[in-house]
Amino acid sequence: MTTLLTEAEAKRIIDKVLSFSKADELSVNMSGGRRGNIRYARNAVSTSGESTNLSLAVTAAFGKKTGTATINEFDDASLEKTVRRAEEVARLAPENPEYMPMLGPQQYLKTNPYAQSTADITPDFRAQATFDSIDPCRKKNLTAAGYMEDATRFNAIGNTKGLSAYNRDTSVEFSVTVRTADGMGSGYATRDVTDVSKLNTKDATEIAMQKAQASSSARALEPGKYTVILEPAALVANVDASLMAAMFRSMDARSADEGRSFLSKKGGGTRLGEKLFDERVTIYSDPTNPEVPGGAFSGDGRPQEKVTWIEKGVVKNMPYSRYWAEKKGVHATPPGGNFIMEGGTQSLADMIKSTEKGILVTRFWYIRPVDPQTLLYTGLTRDGTFYIENGQIKFPVKNFRFNESPVIMLNNLEALGKPVRMGGNLVPPMKIRDFTFTSLSDAV
Amino acid sequence: MGAGSLLLPSLPAFSRTVAPEALLEPGLDVSVKKRLADAALNAAKSKGATYADVRIGRYLNQFVITREDKVENLINTESFGVGVRVIADGCWGFAAIVDARSETDMAKAAEKAVSIAKANATLMKTPVQLAPQKGFGEVSWKAPIKTNAFEVPIKEKADLLLTANSAALKNGANFVNSQLFLVNEQKYFASTDGTYADQDIHRIWPTFTVTAIDPKTGKFETRQALSAPMGMSYDYLQANPTDKITGITTRYNMGYDILEDITAAAKQAKQKLSAKSVEAGKYDLVLDPSHTWLTIHESVGHPLELDRVLGYEANFAGTSFATLDKWESKNFQYGSKLVNFFADKTQPNSLGAVGWDDEGVETQRWDLVKDGILVNYQAIRDQVHIIGETHSQGCCYADSWSSVQFQRMANVSLAAGKTPLSVAEMIKDVEKGVYIIGDGSFSIDQQRYNFQFGGQLFYEIKNGQIVGMLKDVAYQSNTREFWNSCVAVCDQRDFRLGGAFFDGKGQPMQSNAVSHGSTTARFKGVNVINTARKI
Repeated sequence: MTTLLTEAEAKRIIDKVLSFSKADELSVNMSGGRRGNIRYARNAVSTSGESTNLSLAVTAAFGKKTGTATINEFDDASLEKTVRRAEEVARLAPENPEYMPMLGPQQYLKTNPYAQSTADITPDFRAQATFDSIDPCRKKNLTAAGYMEDATRFNAIGNTKGLSAYNRDTSVEFSVTVRTADGMGSGYATRDVTDVSKLNTKDATEIAMQKAQASSSARALEPGKYTVILEPAALVANVDASLMAAMFRSMDARSADEGRSFLSKKGGGTRLGEKLFDERVTIYSDPTNPEVPGGAFSGDGRPQEKVTWIEKGVVKNMPYSRYWAEKKGVHATPPGGNFIMEGGTQSLADMIKSTEKGILVTRFWYIRPVDPQTLLYTGLTRDGTFYIENGQIKFPVKNFRFNESPVIMLNNLEALGKPVRMGGNLVPPMKIRDFTFTSLSDAV
Repeated sequence: MGAGSLLLPSLPAFSRTVAPEALLEPGLDVSVKKRLADAALNAAKSKGATYADVRIGRYLNQFVITREDKVENLINTESFGVGVRVIADGCWGFAAIVDARSETDMAKAAEKAVSIAKANATLMKTPVQLAPQKGFGEVSWKAPIKTNAFEVPIKEKADLLLTANSAALKNGANFVNSQLFLVNEQKYFASTDGTYADQDIHRIWPTFTVTAIDPKTGKFETRQALSAPMGMSYDYLQANPTDKITGITTRYNMGYDILEDITAAAKQAKQKLSAKSVEAGKYDLVLDPSHTWLTIHESVGHPLELDRVLGYEANFAGTSFATLDKWESKNFQYGSKLVNFFADKTQPNSLGAVGWDDEGVETQRWDLVKDGILVNYQAIRDQVHIIGETHSQGCCYADSWSSVQFQRMANVSLAAGKTPLSVAEMIKDVEKGVYIIGDGSFSIDQQRYNFQFGGQLFYEIKNGQIVGMLKDVAYQSNTREFWNSCVAVCDQRDFRLGGAFFDGKGQPMQSNAVSHGSTTARFKGVNVINTARKI
């Protein structure tokens, strides 16, 4: 059986499962699809693989007691057995005082996060994409290590209250690190797309090659406060924690109400409505944005809509769990699936040109929280850090460790460039003054 | 950690949620596993494989997740399947199938692995060089547990956490989150070398975070558990007095008292709210094993993984400063003369303890740094020839039957000092220092030079005395400079394990559990920064 079900195929199975229910409420979550990957290092493929999966989870509820059971067989007998098992687990479970009744039918926006070109990827395609990345490096005596992962998935939910939702999506993530033969230079590039026909691994690799060659024999600058130009990959990462994603995910209303978030107000309450950032900072979510299309519903079935979180520096909305929203008597806005930060029209080159003295940062690495109260994070520059003087890149510099908060960073804003897709989000390159570098690293 | 991560709880691929009782059902009989394994090995050989190994794995997880007076989640999962790895035409191939139960399934997986190897062989420049390994016949290994935590009723486990939460709230915490993670890996390994190893591995990690809030200032502080994840089962939660290390706060060795620790944690989180903010500068650091494990993990364990040194992780976690020329020189001073690091996959109750690794090599102990000098790396069968060895060190691991095994960190520990020295005697010698207990924030660069670490509890030492609590402390240093600043190491009486339950590495990422032992150690003149900010 195929693992990428159509809406009708998924609904037929979900309706069958619901028909077996003896619980107060029952919900079904079905997902499946295919993942493929190829990894290379030292200019050769190291591993590659493909896997498919199709599974169904049933959650039964009796009062405030719930139980879940999962299965990957889809005949009637197996489905019924799974419903009985979920019901049995629910009866034995402790009561969850925060349990919320299941949602009824919902209205969803039309979104389109699926591209047939990505669903059609073959092992040969992955091998060619990798060859396109390795070959130019071999020819220039550079060493490439990289990774590409593609996914084609569907997700469908339904419950005994009449909720029904279906989404299918595709994604491709690609990253490459190019190092010089002497190990003195290193460059990086990363891309993520919904539609693989928009991915060119050769072009991305060429940027990493240029950065590797240009970053060789870096000079040491004293740590301290610098004006920095942060490329999008320094603000949002595909593979690790990042400053902008960390802030976006720390906006939960409950933590703020409880007094343990950067959005908690002294004396109680939250900082909703306060201006916390430079007035050029506007961040919203929108699953219908064609550059970063997302799913139309959250995991618990709530509609994903366009929500403005920060507008002109003012905190406008915070995500709520359904339980906490009910307790506070407010609309239960789910966390956004993606985020979009408004930018300007300047290119990275324009931003460099207008910089008297500063540091250009390709990416940050190993970003970890230091203080949740102030969202202070530490991490290091990596794979291409350069000194800018009088509008020109002068020379590569050694990597720095930073200790900085995105909240402080977004107050010290000098300029915003044109937003770029990164990790499924849109983020502009930023020029920031007084960015805090606290020590030097010898790492290349 | 690999990519740096103490990963968030992650479940093995293809896990399915099951009723808790399902975790107590016996797995396949060992004779059935042998028959299935032989079917795969024979099929692989008949298709042209020169080497093959099979892993039949049943992976059980149980996670209990609570906050204050509520059980937020109970997760029970089981994952069963088979991974077959072969060498054909000089190249690796791997295939895995879920729920394989017949000889036909096994043969299919083996054939697929061979066909992948042959396809990939066309792209390969140098054939795989696999270090020879003798077969051990039919062998078994079982973690020496006394009480299987999966047999303890879920209610008892949930009640323990809720009782602990209640103790925290009574002692001044505003919020408390607690979790109990349990893992059982039932692994069967067979290879064409003639090893059939049946192994039963248990891991446990009880942990919590308490939060104290000062409504007047709007400030909050947290204190996390001083427990260690261990290669044990429920016996870890049954602490004897001899498992406790008393002092400025109680720490734990082979048994953990969660009620005692959470009570102390609540009081200490409140105390932190009014603690003195550290003055940045150079301090002598006295580091407790509950803290040092993470510094060892990041600055010794990872840089001495041979695959990182060679560049296989360059695009993700990075490479290593500890390059082959430094090892070849035989005089690279990794640390001071007091510094001895050893890798050991046989350490009792450690997370990495096992009888045979995931490519049939008997586990062992070996030196990495001896009297301060870099002497070895961690390597597996297809790498050891690069460092002139003919036998693997036995540190190959896959986090699931569905993942391909690769080099993973062994338990890496700082050996105890050879001359008698207690913690009290060590502190007596410190003029201006900070005593750090528990692990906190951590970050290190992609070649493992520059790092920054926080902690849970910080105490100021002045003229040989602990004078009070500090906060906003983090230290920054460089791996080599730091370990060369090590001026004292307590003796074996203080040796304890810490560890990572979810250490990430590779793409797609795999999780590994690994312990790191040490005794309290002193480091001279380390750069301490103040992490307080205003927003």
